[in-house]
Amino acid sequence: EELSLQDMCVSVQEGSEDERKHTKLLEAISSLGGRRRMKQTERSEASLQVSEFSVAADGAGEKVELSDLLGTMEKTPGAPNKTKKQLKNLQNRKDTLELPLSKQETEKIQRGVAYKKSSREVSRWESVITQNQKAEQLVFPLRQDPTGHKRMEQVVAGWKARTPLEQEIFSLLHSNSQPIHDPVLTPVEEASIKAMSLEEAKIRRAELQKARALQSYYEAKARRETRSRANCEVQKKAKRRDFLKQFEEMVKTDPDAALEELKRMELSRMQERMTLKHQNSGKWAKAKAIMAKYDHSARKAMQEQLEINKDLTQKLAVPSEDEDEEKNGDEEAGALPDFVNDPEPILDPVNPWMRGKLSKEEPEPEVEASTEAKDEDLEVQQQQEEEEEEEEEEENEEEKLLREFERKRKLREDEDDDLVPVPQEEENQIDEDDKDEEEEEEEEEEAEEVVSEFNSLFNRLMKSNTTPAVPDQNEGEELLDEGLVRVQTMEDLEALRKDRTNEANQEASVPATDTPTAPESASEPPNKKKRRRKEIDLKKVLTKQATVVKVPLAPTVLEEEEEEEEVHTEQAAIIKEAFAGDDVISDFLKDKRKQEEAGRPKVVDLTLPGWGEWGGLGLKPSKNKRRKFRKKVAPPPPRQDKKLPAVIISEKRDASVAAHQVSQLPFPFQNPTQFESCVRTPIGQTWNTQTTVRKLTAPRVVTKMGAIIEPMSREDLVPKQKSNEAKRGAAILLEEKRERGKKKGSGGKRALQQKKKKMQKQKKTKE
Amino acid sequence: MLSGRRRKGYPAEVEKKTCTTKMAESSEVAVERKHVENKKKAPKRYWEETQNATKKVEAEKSSDESKQENTDKEKGKLTHDEWRKKKKERTHGKFISGKTDPFPGDAPIPEERMKKFQRGNKLEVPAGTRLKLRETLTRSEAGSDLAQNQSARYDLLLTEDAGFLEGEEDEDTCTISQEDIAEAVDITSGSKYFNLHLTQFGPYRLDYSRTGRHLLLGGRRGHVTCIEWQTKNLMCEINVMETVQDIKWLHSEAMFAVAQKKWLHIYDSSGVELHCIKKFNDVLRMQFLPYHFLLATASATGFLQYLDVSVGKEVAAIPTRCGRLDVMAQNPYNAVIHLGHPNGTVTLWSPNQKEPLVKMLCHRGGVRSLTVDKTGTYMVTSGLDRKLKVYDIRAFKPLHSFFLPAGASCLSLSQRGLLSAATGDIVQVYRDACGGAPVTKPYMAHRVRGTVWGVGFCPFEDVLGVGHAEGFTSMIVPGSGEPNFDALDMNPYRSTKQRQEWEVKALLEKVQPELISLDPGMLGKVDNATFEQKHKERVEAVGYDPLAHKKFKPRMRKRGRSSAGSVEKRKNKVAHEDQRDVIRKTVGERMEKEKKRKESAKVQLKGGELSVLDRFKKVG
Repeated sequence: EELSLQDMCVSVQEGSEDERKHTKLLEAISSLGGRRRMKQTERSEASLQVSEFSVAADGAGEKVELSDLLGTMEKTPGAPNKTKKQLKNLQNRKDTLELPLSKQETEKIQRGVAYKKSSREVSRWESVITQNQKAEQLVFPLRQDPTGHKRMEQVVAGWKARTPLEQEIFSLLHSNSQPIHDPVLTPVEEASIKAMSLEEAKIRRAELQKARALQSYYEAKARRETRSRANCEVQKKAKRRDFLKQFEEMVKTDPDAALEELKRMELSRMQERMTLKHQNSGKWAKAKAIMAKYDHSARKAMQEQLEINKDLTQKLAVPSEDEDEEKNGDEEAGALPDFVNDPEPILDPVNPWMRGKLSKEEPEPEVEASTEAKDEDLEVQQQQEEEEEEEEEEENEEEKLLREFERKRKLREDEDDDLVPVPQEEENQIDEDDKDEEEEEEEEEEAEEVVSEFNSLFNRLMKSNTTPAVPDQNEGEELLDEGLVRVQTMEDLEALRKDRTNEANQEASVPATDTPTAPESASEPPNKKKRRRKEIDLKKVLTKQATVVKVPLAPTVLEEEEEEEEVHTEQAAIIKEAFAGDDVISDFLKDKRKQEEAGRPKVVDLTLPGWGEWGGLGLKPSKNKRRKFRKKVAPPPPRQDKKLPAVIISEKRDASVAAHQVSQLPFPFQNPTQFESCVRTPIGQTWNTQTTVRKLTAPRVVTKMGAIIEPMSREDLVPKQKSNEAKRGAAILLEEKRERGKKKGSGGKRALQQKKKKMQKQKKTKE
Repeated sequence: MLSGRRRKGYPAEVEKKTCTTKMAESSEVAVERKHVENKKKAPKRYWEETQNATKKVEAEKSSDESKQENTDKEKGKLTHDEWRKKKKERTHGKFISGKTDPFPGDAPIPEERMKKFQRGNKLEVPAGTRLKLRETLTRSEAGSDLAQNQSARYDLLLTEDAGFLEGEEDEDTCTISQEDIAEAVDITSGSKYFNLHLTQFGPYRLDYSRTGRHLLLGGRRGHVTCIEWQTKNLMCEINVMETVQDIKWLHSEAMFAVAQKKWLHIYDSSGVELHCIKKFNDVLRMQFLPYHFLLATASATGFLQYLDVSVGKEVAAIPTRCGRLDVMAQNPYNAVIHLGHPNGTVTLWSPNQKEPLVKMLCHRGGVRSLTVDKTGTYMVTSGLDRKLKVYDIRAFKPLHSFFLPAGASCLSLSQRGLLSAATGDIVQVYRDACGGAPVTKPYMAHRVRGTVWGVGFCPFEDVLGVGHAEGFTSMIVPGSGEPNFDALDMNPYRSTKQRQEWEVKALLEKVQPELISLDPGMLGKVDNATFEQKHKERVEAVGYDPLAHKKFKPRMRKRGRSSAGSVEKRKNKVAHEDQRDVIRKTVGERMEKEKKRKESAKVQLKGGELSVLDRFKKVG
């Protein structure tokens, strides 16, 4: 609309411009006359000259209407049809145009949009930047020329075929557009290679388009599906099926949940019996009953409802375990031939060849699955057939409904033309409200239908098949038994019990033997000093029996020359050895004790004599006071040589190494062990192979000498390899869609709820 | 059957000759004796070696990799190597031609070899770590993994095997005489058994250079000589005309230190006296720490001194207060000096502490000799109580105790862990004396002419040098030397140029003496001392407290304004600056409280109707 107006304005402007040009021309001509005339300043009135900006209305005194202006449009042949149409529409519009937003608001909106756009633009770089920050090594310039062979021409400028033979050959090749150079590629091929990226881009775009189209298609479909009743039915069926399947699985995997589900069904049955909702007593039912005489579909609906009622009110035969067992027995009897053919499950994994079978197989679940599958197949087939029929019928119904709606709409429109619109809308609303209510009811009914359907199916299942959970349990018990001796008689049981008691006794006895040791260790601290003395039994340590080494050559220790000397020294040594031994040990012990004492923090005595009591010669501060003012210091950590009697290890801190150590944890590390583990491997050549050293000490940034490092361009953002990923991405998107669709289908009640929500939304939109 | 050690790459040496002399036939019989090695098995091929193992490893690997793959997928990015690996997996070792790779993937590395190169434990990155930290950790882990893998893989290049000695069925290896061995092995190896008859200048001490090419002999009565012992080339021979207590090569074969009667002297390889260090007097024993360029000396006065030979400075002088120090050894693992004392204790020293790091009681009598193995795991001591004890020096716990008929006077451990012990004039060599079961018989034994004064294994050679009263004996001990040398560290075949280059590099990589401690990995650990402790140490190091408040000293003013009274006043102005704020604050608070209390009291008073008698009520 705005466009058309602008067009108009332009045309009007053009007219006025022509006039202006014309006056200018006239002036120019008049000025040619030689003497310059003083130009009078003229004042023109708006009434005389029609301005395009304001239409003066003083002449006629009546409103200028759009239709007056547009009257000429019909006559002008050049005006495009489109604008004409637009103008017509404009003419028909009754309501006033909305006031344009205030400047501030528009600016705000613009700013918001601009911010979004620019942030999107900027955030596109984020991944690249983080990647570069993370990268072990960056090689600049980022985009490097592809390595490989280059053609002669690219390297050498100005090479020509000189000899006649060469010339001839080249002319031939040229004429046939054959490859001249070593890399055997025709120009076309080369071009195609170069264009690969574009092609890929195209492909990708096509894929994306396809994906988008598919997406929109799915969306449209989804929308359609939610609307059409037939599809609703189909979905409901599908849901029911899924629900049933799930329940079966649940019975297998999670019997508790299945039980709960059963309870819920029971509850629904009770409700049905209380309310008699699906009996003939309802309002809808009565109406249908009246209609049923004439309308086939109504009759069918009635029947359906009754069936629902029946299903709902039917009592579920909850299988008790006894029954199951019986059934099992029955079934085994009945299904014997099948099982006979199958290999027997081997229960003893320790000895699989006991039953004469080599490999362990698990045929049972397969059989069950197969039978179930058959059942399901049958059911599915039946249901499908039913569905198809129903769909056809429902489509008919739909058509009818649609026709009715259209008719009503037409009527309403007619009324619109005649009447004031306000009451109408109210009516509409009321209508819609009614409809809403109806729909809600329908939904509830649907839910109940699901339950009832399920009930019936379940009953059928119960009749045809045993619940798989119970045999599973049995199997489990058997599995528990396997590998051990099977208890068959009461005597065996007693023996088992005895065994257990024995074991318990043994267990009890083990701690009993242990316990005495524990108190010992616990009672150590009180008589610690005594214990320590015993602990450091150095004599034992030093006189530890030594293995005697036999030497084949008799050591001629005493040589004739030094014989006497040697004898003397030896004797002296022996004497020393005999007497010094004890002394050495006690000295060492003393030394150690001294060290320990030195290492222990001293108690600080802060008592001052004379304060608060008598002081003087021969008077000592009282015990109480001394105790009060004695400051105890926390005990030091245990000495390293605590458990080594013959060793004194210095506890002094070596400050010289500390000067070279790292005293503060560097940035990314959170604890010293992390840092230490990072530092533990040397990177030098002395300890590593050449390649390792090169790898470990590779520089973070490598630049090519002489190459210009340009800022990153937009092309760097989308590397070539990503086309594959893009493909995958599209596929994934589609799959996700599908999955979402599936999710909608699965999970009976939840899906229903979702549906309800959707319906409500639709209502809102309608409102 | 005997077999000499072999080594590739040295032209003078001939490849191993199988010597089938008189006991050739008896080799099949399995030998029960523990200390004698079984006959060498045929070299295992890689397909034999680890077929089962590889299967297992592969299975594990595949499972691991599948896990890894999943995680990788989750991450959405792959490094190049991973990508390659994945590609390999995808192709399942199939070539384009359709053939399958019989040994897909990288060759598996044996577990033990991996263990050999393991450095510390792997760190598990906990779940909740921040991204940056996680990245650094994973990267460093990957780096150390790579280093470990590569080292383990390259270990394959160490092709040389150690030699061994094997006796006949009922024959003890220790009864085999050196002459027999020398006769049996190839000529070059045989020439390594020789005797030097030097009867004049008394018992000899000896030292091999770190390359194992040069031998230094020091006679008690002043005879000092250095020999290129393999070529028997005499480099220098001098008589210092003094008692020689000990001799030691410095970092290279160009210089050596001699502990003479009074002072420590340093000579070069041609016998020229370079230094006479008078700070080091009465030195009895010396040890050279090659990576620190430190010469540690133990003196008769009980001083343990460290000389930095690269700068010629005394690094530390520690009065040990343990009397005469004539038993000394170094721990090559952490450069800690071990001293043995007459009261049966062994003390461990670093130049950074004035007290022993560890003091352990080892013998009932005095300690006669001690030595520490290359890996820093075992210490072997012998005492006057005629016992030989093996300690686990990492845990300071005794492992074995042997009784030798006439205690060992000299001990030495070889690179491969063979222990030589000299009792009187007999040199015994023990195998597996440190780890494993206790030994009852020596591996080899040899009687020399005089009482043994010093023993030392030659590095990278199967040779044990014995200095005794009558000269020097070089005996062949198969399996004592390390067959594979690290040419970057010590190359026995280096040229002069290479030596010079190595010297420069070694000096550049010199380890500072401050880093010597029991745990050589201390440098890689975070110092978690408290601030107070650090401050205390700083005060000790600097000599004053840098954080202490300076005492206020009022400026001198003229015209009588610096009178005692005014100075005192000025002092009072700034007195207790630090406490003032606190006082002000507390006083202010108190005042506030008081005020409030009074106000509330007033309000209460006003609240009730005032009577005439209210004036007699006490306020507050």
